[in-house]
Amino acid sequence: MADTTEMNETAIGTQPPPAWEPRIVAFLCNWCSYAGADLAGVSRLQYPAHVRVIRVPCSGRVNPLYIVKALQLGVDGVLVSGCHPGDCHYISGNLIARRKFALLKSFLEYLGVEPGRVQFSWVSASEGNRFADLVKKISADIRKLGPARQMKKEAR
Amino acid sequence: MHDAQTKLRETAKDLLVSAKVDLVLGFQNGSLPLRTRPCFARNAADAGRLVWNRLCTNNLAVYLPRLFEKPANVRGPWTPPKVAVVAKGCDARSIMGLVKEHQVIRENVVIIAMPCQGMISLRKAEAAGASARTSKLDGDDLVAQACLECIQPSVPGANIIIDGPSRSAASDRFQRVKDFEALTAAERWQQFVAQVSKCIRCYACRQACPNCYCKTCFIDQTKPSWAGVGDDPTDLLLFHIGRVFHQAGRCVECDACVRACPVGIDLRLFTQKLVKDVEELFGYVPGTSLEEAPPLSTYRPDDSECFITDP
Ligand code: SF4
Ligand code: SF4
Repeated sequence: MADTTEMNETAIGTQPPPAWEPRIVAFLCNWCSYAGADLAGVSRLQYPAHVRVIRVPCSGRVNPLYIVKALQLGVDGVLVSGCHPGDCHYISGNLIARRKFALLKSFLEYLGVEPGRVQFSWVSASEGNRFADLVKKISADIRKLGPARQMKKEAR
Repeated sequence: MHDAQTKLRETAKDLLVSAKVDLVLGFQNGSLPLRTRPCFARNAADAGRLVWNRLCTNNLAVYLPRLFEKPANVRGPWTPPKVAVVAKGCDARSIMGLVKEHQVIRENVVIIAMPCQGMISLRKAEAAGASARTSKLDGDDLVAQACLECIQPSVPGANIIIDGPSRSAASDRFQRVKDFEALTAAERWQQFVAQVSKCIRCYACRQACPNCYCKTCFIDQTKPSWAGVGDDPTDLLLFHIGRVFHQAGRCVECDACVRACPVGIDLRLFTQKLVKDVEELFGYVPGTSLEEAPPLSTYRPDDSECFITDP
């Protein structure tokens, strides 16, 4: 749920239009971040309802093309989250992924994709609070950026 | 130059006649001026056609993976061929990479190391016009950008070395990338889109690249279909981001993609960013050794975390 200050900012700003709410796709690993999001839920923590969660077995399962494709399909932001380094259910999936993500983030920003559209984080199964805070932060970042248009495929 | 060519022909002839190799992959004169084309030499007569000059631009490593693949019509045991490759520094680096990725059998490849002074850029030559062309073939005026920035003109993993004058390694090769980094995000995006929107999706860049040996390229996949088949600008963006990113930690800056592109897209500006990042973040330079694991198949516990978002 968007908190009220955020709503007001949107209402008085000229851009983006008030009807727009960020749409964020979150790729969460089954073992840590998804459970962390679950914990945020069962703990009744409030956070903006802007994320659409896609559960993946491991952050290492996230193909960089998923991220680029999500942007093409018109999402406003992408979050990828897995277990903290050292805690991977598959020992090193997130450590291999970390290299891939470091390169991808740097590469997308080099090309001029707005920094902040694509973000990576670590959330453990016990960090419901961290997950809620993370979504608050990312959702605020994306709201500041406005709707994503760079990569979005428009019907022609 | 000519000495090297004579020695190359002799070497190739020896290798073929003594049946040390089944095939020598090299260059022969093309039918257009300033062009060479690949030569698949299988006997002494073929070896006599081999040439070596500053127009031997192609990266012949591109042919290797398919030579080491068991043909579909062969049942039972199959002996992979022995192949000698006429190689510049960049070509040999590609071969090293392919060996690491298990596409090429190292023992079956004889790397013939050629002296490289830098290859002529056809685009620069065309721009210079006919008269300038012939007079400038010796200096650095018409040399391709990639060669001016080459860090490895000497050939890694050479089995046979053919001597001759060769250029020295460049020190700073990332100036263009740094200049691009210094632009604003909006300017970079605008330039990237401007480059990519010229693309006609011929996929020549992919075909020319030795690293692009996948049986089915992501761009050709239909399940899932990553991109539409038309000329939608976002499909072009997706193709280029995908292609270049698949080169992360693998691109040897051979410039084959740049040469192949019929519309002259500045692909190097984008492939080089990943080369630079891989070098800076993981201290890895592709194709220089056989021992080091490919950077994206391994990790260090202390790899950079600076890109992680903390709430
Ligand atoms: S991406 Fe281009 S420069 Fe890099 S290895 Fe492939 S063909 Fe060569
Ligand atoms: S060679 Fe050039 S035009 Fe052809 S697909 Fe590659 S970038 Fe596009």
